Amino acid sequence: MKLLIKNGIVVEPAKNLQQQLDILIENGKIIRIAKKIELKEKIEIIDAKNYIVSPGLIDIHTHLREPGNEDEETIATGTKAAAAGGFTTIFCMPNTNPPIDNQATVELVMLKAKNEGLINVLPVGCITKQRKGEELTEIGELKNAGVVAISDDGSSVKNSKIMRRALEYTKMFDLVIISHCEDTDLSKDGVVNEGKVSTLLGLRGIPKEAEEIMVIRDIILASLTQSKLHITHVSTKGSIDFIRQAKKSGIKITCDVTPHHFVLTEDKLLEYPYDTNLKMNPPLRTQEDLDAIIEAIKDDVIDCIASDHAPHTIEEKNKEFDLAPFGIIGLETVLPLCITYLYYKYKIPLIKIIEKLTTNPAKIFGLKTKGKIELGFDADLTIFSLDEEFIVDKFYSKSTNSPFVGWKLKGKIKYTICNGKVVYKG
Amino acid sequence: MLKQTHKFTHKHLLGLEHLSKEDIELILDTAKPFKTLFTRTIKKVPTLRGRSVVLLFYEPSTRTRTSFELAAKRLSADTVNIAVQTSSVQKGESLIDTARTLESMKADFIVIRHSYSGAPYLLAKNVSSSIINAGDGFHEHPTQGLLDIFTIREKKKKIENLKVVIVGDILHSRVARSNLWGLTKLKAKVVLCGPPTLIPKDIDKIFPQIDIEYNLDKAIKDADVINILRVQFERQLEHLFPSVREYSLLYGMTKERLAKAKNDVLILHPGPMNRGIEITTDVADSVNSVINEQVTNGIAVRMAVLYLLSLNH
Repeated sequence: MKLLIKNGIVVEPAKNLQQQLDILIENGKIIRIAKKIELKEKIEIIDAKNYIVSPGLIDIHTHLREPGNEDEETIATGTKAAAAGGFTTIFCMPNTNPPIDNQATVELVMLKAKNEGLINVLPVGCITKQRKGEELTEIGELKNAGVVAISDDGSSVKNSKIMRRALEYTKMFDLVIISHCEDTDLSKDGVVNEGKVSTLLGLRGIPKEAEEIMVIRDIILASLTQSKLHITHVSTKGSIDFIRQAKKSGIKITCDVTPHHFVLTEDKLLEYPYDTNLKMNPPLRTQEDLDAIIEAIKDDVIDCIASDHAPHTIEEKNKEFDLAPFGIIGLETVLPLCITYLYYKYKIPLIKIIEKLTTNPAKIFGLKTKGKIELGFDADLTIFSLDEEFIVDKFYSKSTNSPFVGWKLKGKIKYTICNGKVVYKG
Repeated sequence: MLKQTHKFTHKHLLGLEHLSKEDIELILDTAKPFKTLFTRTIKKVPTLRGRSVVLLFYEPSTRTRTSFELAAKRLSADTVNIAVQTSSVQKGESLIDTARTLESMKADFIVIRHSYSGAPYLLAKNVSSSIINAGDGFHEHPTQGLLDIFTIREKKKKIENLKVVIVGDILHSRVARSNLWGLTKLKAKVVLCGPPTLIPKDIDKIFPQIDIEYNLDKAIKDADVINILRVQFERQLEHLFPSVREYSLLYGMTKERLAKAKNDVLILHPGPMNRGIEITTDVADSVNSVINEQVTNGIAVRMAVLYLLSLNH
């Protein structure tokens, strides 16, 4: 099975390359890259003229909800949504029911993904059993079963000693710990950022410091243990300042940010009071935080961009603000928001944006045959139009809890190619 | 019956935040003639005959519920009380479904009291009835704000430049927020007084014209009005103050404290009072207290609200 992609503008962050090239794929691998490839044999050709061809996008923070909450999303629907969003590989977070804290559940997810999934699914395992923060999971066995990283996402490991041990222990497996930073005593019962909006709407606030205290703690523990730590969905200026400082002093720390934290601020809640599609954790912050995130994307303090795709049903979301669950879907809007905002509004070079969606995730989490357009690499490619506008009005995800419905965005996905096969055509 | 120069265009009353100064003044002016009804033997007018008002209360309330019910009845509307304990709410019916059921029964008004902020917004978004917020979480309690302002204006003949001190748990108070919006729109000088743990974050950024004073004795000096909020005992469990005893010591309104204020200072309290805690009995029953008048005025103000909203429904 051969596939030829012609005339596209290839963006390849690892080689710092952005030029028109043809790419030939055979049996799921990239076998030729050249200015012009002409073949005598008749094979399938995609004309990518005027389109960007990038390595397949990698989302390091997705909630697929299976097993346990198949009413919100399944591996089948979630991977369809991912493909429609240009993703060829996603990490699925372990806060399922049951949680991915043992070999059997890892295998279940991988088997389901193989049979029903449209793209590559790499499970993230729990740090602690049942995500309770009390007892380490059998991390070695999880690694053997195939987890790509470990995380208790949704909560922090509250006990500093257990977090220390987790960081130390994972060193022998070369696994990265993904940390959700939140001091739950400080954030308790909070539903929006603490400040102007919480005061105006009479909602309990989540102070920025709830995140920042845990960011500092985790940086200190990463320094102590010399282990690899990745902080996910960073949302405040303070967190970014601490991470910037830590990176300067040589601590092995990386981080990601979600598009909603660089596109929206808490002020959106004054425009749409009590709209539960604006309720997520960490909450939408202030303009000052958003500006700091943009700066940190520019100067590479932020390594990756991740969706934090968190599907919830209409029934769950159409409720009193306090009672609705946190989270919004994101897989299908990540790239368009990156293009519309980072590329067009903030003039961030395309190659830098693509790097944070492909090369960096692959590098940080040790995906050896992904994240680059290179001979012998997996034929995972995303082809999109930079300037074609479209309206966000339908989703492949099972859920529709997005604050971006009705938005006009640029950066339309044209083809998603995973393992050499077209899995989405836009 | 009214000389209307300003037109009231709202369909719902969700809070005072989104009302203009003119809207508020129109409600107060409309309430005035309704109040004169109360001294008559027949306290009823036919204004809302044939309209239905549903009182949907998810929190216990005697004062506000009764006040709304009397207001509606004195306008000849039909009223229905939904007591939460006996309704299908206990069977797990969602707020939206409950409201849609009421809408299908052609309820013209739904008066809602709910422990979660924003619940009235959820109704306004999902049903076609006029929604009146009778208190939502920590957000707003607009008719309480209006009746407080009505009472102050009646006694002091104006609002502008009056020094109004609001004392207590501002953080969790919907009464405080509605008072703040209403009073600042009418240009009163508002002082918030309470322990720093009970002052909401960034309130000084939202209302740059107000003052915050932690010391009650300093705050009430030169005050024209003191509005004392009810203290919730469970806040102690959240470490917001160490004990009710200490709260009472620092923020309880006593006769001795009152003596330091102006002679003609007005004492307001939205009720129900914790006598001996945030307010002593001798203050509550003093000549400065207008707490009972607040209750009477509440009915007139709510009649005005129902009447004005009915023009747009």
